[in-house]
Amino acid sequence: MERNPMRRQLQTMRKSLFDQGYLDDQFVQLEELQDDANPNFVEEVVTLYYRDSGRIILNIEQALERKTFDFNKLDAYMHQFKGSSSSIGAKKVKAESTLFREYCRSRNGEGCMRTFQQLKKEYATLRRKLEAYFQLARQAGPVETACRPK
Amino acid sequence: MAVNGAVTWLRRAEEIDGYDLSASDSEEVHVLAVDDSLVDRKVIERLLKITSCKVTAVDSGRRALQFLGLDEEKEANGFDGLKVDLIITDYCMPGMTGYELLKKVKESSAFREIPVVIMSSENVIARIDRCLEEGAEDFIVKPVKLSDVKRIIDYMTTDFREGEERRRGINKRKLRD
Repeated sequence: MERNPMRRQLQTMRKSLFDQGYLDDQFVQLEELQDDANPNFVEEVVTLYYRDSGRIILNIEQALERKTFDFNKLDAYMHQFKGSSSSIGAKKVKAESTLFREYCRSRNGEGCMRTFQQLKKEYATLRRKLEAYFQLARQAGPVETACRPK
Repeated sequence: MAVNGAVTWLRRAEEIDGYDLSASDSEEVHVLAVDDSLVDRKVIERLLKITSCKVTAVDSGRRALQFLGLDEEKEANGFDGLKVDLIITDYCMPGMTGYELLKKVKESSAFREIPVVIMSSENVIARIDRCLEEGAEDFIVKPVKLSDVKRIIDYMTTDFREGEERRRGINKRKLRD
C-alpha cells in the first residue's frame, strides 16, 4: 500500500489513463526503460512527440484547407503521425489516425475532416492529462528503493 | 568523445549532422539505427543502450550509407573501432526506403555480412517475405519493444562474437572467459 498520498494520487491518475483507454501497453514499455540514470525518459519522449507531431498536425491542417484534397499526401502525413503516436502508446490518438487513413483510402474528404477534428481533441486531451501526470510525478519525488539514487 | 586515432574521423563525421555517436568500444555490439522519426530514434536508441549496445542513430538511408562509407575508409587505414555490427532500419522512409537500404548493403562486398533488421508498423506478410528474401536477418513490427531488441541482440551476440574472433585473428583479450 503506497503510504505517500501524492504517490497514491499518481497511481490513481496513471490507472485511469489506462482504464479510460488513453494509453496502451507501449507506454508501459517506455516506463520500463526508465532508471536512476534516466528517470524522466518517458516525459522526454512525450515532450519530443508533442513537439515533433505538432509540425505534422499543421501540415495536415494546411492540406485540408485546399479546395481539392491530395489524399495520398494526407495519408502519408497521417502514417508518420500514427507511427509516433503508436510509439508513445497514445491509444485514442492512434485509433483516430487509423480512421483518418481509412477515409483517405476511400477518398472521403468529409470523413477526413470530421476525424481530424476528433483527433485533435484527443491529442490535446492526452497532452493535458500527461502534463498533469508528469508534474505530479515530479512533485511526488523519486520512488523509494532499497538503494537510494544519488 | 575521442578515442585514440578517432579524432580525424570524428571531425569528418561532424560534417554529417543528424547522427549521434557513442564512444567506441570494440567489445560491444555497435548498431546503426536508421529511422526518419525523431521519436522512434529516441526510443530505439534507448532500447539498444539498455541492451548494452553502442548506437549510432541516423535519420535516412542516405546518411546510413554515408556513415558506412566513412567507416570503410577508416578501416582501410587500419582503424576499425567504429565498425558496424548490426543495422536496424525502418521500412517506410522518404527517399531511400529500408528495403532499398537493405538491398544496397547486401549488394556491397564490403558490407553484405552486416546483419540487417527491418522495422515496420505494417505487419504485411508479403513485405516481410520480400525483406527476408533480400537477406534481412529479422523483421520487427512496430512499436518496438525491449523484448524484440533483446531477442535480436541475444541471438546475434553468439554468432557475432565468433565472427569477430575470426576476423581479428588474434584476440586482444578473451571475449569469453
